[in-house]
Amino acid sequence: MYQFNYVRPKSLTEAVALLAKADDPKLLAGGQTLIPTLKQRLAMPSDVIDIGGLKELAFIKAEGNAITIGAGTKHYAVATSADVKKHIPALIHLAEGIGDPAVRHMGTIGGSIANNDPAADYPAACVALDAKIHTTKRLIEADEYFKGMFETALEAGEIIKEVTFPHPEKAAYQKFRNPASRYAMVGVFVSKGPWGVRVAVTGAGQNGVFRVKAMEDALTKSWTPDAVAAIKVPAEGLLSDLHGSAEYRAHLITVMAKRAVAAAG
Amino acid sequence: MTNTVSDQGIGKPVRRKEDFRFITGNGHYTDDINRPRQTHAYFLRSPHAHAKIKSIDTATALKAPGVVAIFTGKDVAADKLGGLICGWTVHSKDGSAMKAGAHPILALDTVRYVGDHVAMIVAETHAEAKSAAEMIDVGYEALPAAVSLADCQKPGAPQVHAEAPRNTCFEWELGNKPETEAAFAKAAKIVKIDLVNNRLIPNAMEPRAAIGEYDKGTGGYTLHTTSQNPHVARLVLSAFVGVAPEHKLRVIAPDVGGGFGSKIFIYAEETACVWAAAKVGRPIKWTAERSESFLSDAHGRDHLSHAELALDANGKFLALRVKTVANLGAYLSTFSASVPTYLYGTLLSGQYALPAIYVEVDGVLTHTAPVDAYRGAGRPEATFLIERIVETAARETGIDPAEIRRRNFVTSFPHQTPVIMNYDTGNYAASLDKALEIVDYKGFGGRKAEAARRGKLRGIGFSTYIEACGLAPSAAVGSLGAGVGLWESAEVRVNPTGNIEVLTGSHSHGQGHETTFAQLVSSRLGVPIDQIEIVHGDTDKVQFGMGTYGSRSGSVGMSAIAKALDKVEAKAKKIAAHLMEAAAEDIVFENGMFTVQGTDKSIAWAALALSAYTAHGFPSSEIEPGLKEGAFYDPTNFTFPAGCHICEVEIDPETGITRIANFVAVDDFGTIINPMIVEGQVHGGIAQGIGQALLEPGVYDPESGQLITGSFMDYCMPRADDLPSFNLGFTTTVCPSNPLGMKGCGEAGAIASPPAIINAITDALGIRDIEMPATPARVWAALQSRPKAAAE
Repeated sequence: MYQFNYVRPKSLTEAVALLAKADDPKLLAGGQTLIPTLKQRLAMPSDVIDIGGLKELAFIKAEGNAITIGAGTKHYAVATSADVKKHIPALIHLAEGIGDPAVRHMGTIGGSIANNDPAADYPAACVALDAKIHTTKRLIEADEYFKGMFETALEAGEIIKEVTFPHPEKAAYQKFRNPASRYAMVGVFVSKGPWGVRVAVTGAGQNGVFRVKAMEDALTKSWTPDAVAAIKVPAEGLLSDLHGSAEYRAHLITVMAKRAVAAAG
Repeated sequence: MTNTVSDQGIGKPVRRKEDFRFITGNGHYTDDINRPRQTHAYFLRSPHAHAKIKSIDTATALKAPGVVAIFTGKDVAADKLGGLICGWTVHSKDGSAMKAGAHPILALDTVRYVGDHVAMIVAETHAEAKSAAEMIDVGYEALPAAVSLADCQKPGAPQVHAEAPRNTCFEWELGNKPETEAAFAKAAKIVKIDLVNNRLIPNAMEPRAAIGEYDKGTGGYTLHTTSQNPHVARLVLSAFVGVAPEHKLRVIAPDVGGGFGSKIFIYAEETACVWAAAKVGRPIKWTAERSESFLSDAHGRDHLSHAELALDANGKFLALRVKTVANLGAYLSTFSASVPTYLYGTLLSGQYALPAIYVEVDGVLTHTAPVDAYRGAGRPEATFLIERIVETAARETGIDPAEIRRRNFVTSFPHQTPVIMNYDTGNYAASLDKALEIVDYKGFGGRKAEAARRGKLRGIGFSTYIEACGLAPSAAVGSLGAGVGLWESAEVRVNPTGNIEVLTGSHSHGQGHETTFAQLVSSRLGVPIDQIEIVHGDTDKVQFGMGTYGSRSGSVGMSAIAKALDKVEAKAKKIAAHLMEAAAEDIVFENGMFTVQGTDKSIAWAALALSAYTAHGFPSSEIEPGLKEGAFYDPTNFTFPAGCHICEVEIDPETGITRIANFVAVDDFGTIINPMIVEGQVHGGIAQGIGQALLEPGVYDPESGQLITGSFMDYCMPRADDLPSFNLGFTTTVCPSNPLGMKGCGEAGAIASPPAIINAITDALGIRDIEMPATPARVWAALQSRPKAAAE
């Protein structure tokens, strides 16, 4: 780890001010990506601004036809929330499948989507559930938010405050884990709601999360596993590595989509 | 053998004494130890697989905060230190000795693998040493690298060492070539197979670590290090590297958190720490980061083989011929030459009466980390080959895989194989029968059909294995090229109060010696195990010993203790005879009591021990005071653990995921001291075998020589949920080659299990072969490319 200034703001307002002032700052929430990166000397920020303790960012609110989750909410809190269980059980399944218990007790939803690791789980949920990402500056639609591998629509100095998930009629998430890292090699989130039908894929794409229009069209006509079973996703643009070829990942997208539809009922 | 009824004695599942301190964080591992005025070392490592070092500029780094000193290969050369050695000389077919270049402590002018040691930075803290390392400017001239095992011997391949043309260290052979060729000429059936035995990276839980110290007053050096054999480390560091004379070097291997072979070897880092401690006049500590462990611990396996099996019309094996190319990495490690030769070729007869065997092994050098012994060491490679080709023979001849094995088993003992080994005892049909019963072989068809209804492919695979443990008769290994004898030593010290210290040359790095060795003593002397201390791992305390590897600590290490106990008992009886005024031959020792046979005269163990030290009750002109005896035990033969593993898998054809539905292991380890520890050893061994078969890829980029699987993000270690609940069974033939009848159990699981798993997967998929690790991606790809007929 290289040396850096460590600051722990008492409020989100103070965090924004500190962020604006520093040369090359990094926000620290649960630290599940940043801390290992620092330890491996792969990042050299001037300032680490620790917002992990901000209570105003840690909440789950069920209001109207949506659930709003504060950016500093830990995966464990989502996985054990009665409100989430009642309205969006698919999110419970997703949150309780992230990493291991230690990761789930530290990692946050805001950290996950701010980092936008191509193998992270939450981006699939955000896109498939038509989530609204509220920042200190604005509201960003999930479809507009995820820009590519480790890239988001966030601007310098902008902090995610909360994420609003409208209630779906049906939703489910199925993932195929990388055998070694246990990150999603292919994760497919399917949903049906006021926004129509969405199929969002994480883990497989070279540019992070993406939607599969052919599957969405097929499921709009018939919400059955069989409707997607024969739809092949092109291997082009998918990741290929030691753990699986692009063709294998393409195949797994179909398998996971089929299983997700079956799980969603 | 035992003369005591004890609930802590031989055969009892006693809980491990050492576990309380380990699981409560009270162990003393090398990194837990801190010495006054200690500095910290960091090693700058090569980022290239192969490069010339044109220059090393340390000027800026030397001025960095906290830096105490920086050493490079030039400093090592200036002190005329020797390089690291390989302690086993293998000879080629033409009689020439193996060929390889020097293995310097720090690279002099060439780096030969990613992770090779370029400079040692000593600083006040580890972080300062690491930061300073980034300031060292090394001028490299990057060169093409020989990485691929298949290509490294080809003309024009980049050369690892000028001393070894075609990157060939040795071209070794074993067996009877003319008989083998003759048998193939008359064979009714020849079965052929090509196999890859994947490279593995050990990943002991505790990374390697060292603390080197120098005492200016005495001129003595002390090295704390993560070693499986501290005396051998001291011998190599003094006699070959020349760090210090043997009597001025103390090597301490305290609690060691796993080794699996990787901590047998003498590495550059601990050598540099103890050498440089005198230069800087302060202790130097180094603890590997996990990334360094991946790059620089000696790796395991990594073979390419072609094998052919000749059979007669009745499915009887006539002959086996094998050609193997074995990767040794960039430098020869401490025992690397012995692993793909005398620990491999000698086991190729398996459990079978094979009249003729001929094996050729090319040991080759590549620009990768050194390869040496890893749990099983040569025997897993031999077992994988023989059990894969036997399974293939069963399929090609249509003979049931259990039956073809049974038809070819060795059934009379001793049995001389064509490849050196002389099997002393065994009952292979017994372990096969027991495994068939536990797995319910007859019911397999029903289970396969039921799985098919659930859309799953179920397969079954066998492995009837044999291995050689109890390394090893010294004269025998000496004749085969070993630079050391492989006996073991023990000293039993009875204290005046009757409690006991046993000093052993074995070294526990997870095996539970503090418990099992104490159980032996408890059985013999009737003393509870909490009054018995097992002392190991310190060359200042323990007489010379050979350490722990090759499942030798039971059959060799405990035999030495048994021999010392014989002497203790004999002397104690003499003393008892004097104390009770009887003849020594009339003294009976049972349950901790010395009794004059046929009388009620007796004396208890503790009273006898005290009498031995007061020396009041016997003539010390005849019997020396005290009660302390030592022994060196040299085994008369290897031991031959054997058994049968059967694996059933279920494969999800949609994802390619293999689930182990049942794993049955029936092992014959001879006498078992502690069944709970033995079961733990089998579980751990099978877990590693499952790792090799399904999960663990040790992969270098074939062009750049970068280690692709350099972290747990890509190198898949087995986790609890990858493993089934194991179904174990035991059969017993008592080993005639050592006084306790033990064979060894530490490696069997890792040796036997990979072919059982791959045989099950290929059975489920209806294919000939699949490369290890059989990952979901590989299984799925195999399903896509298999012939249509097989798919139905």
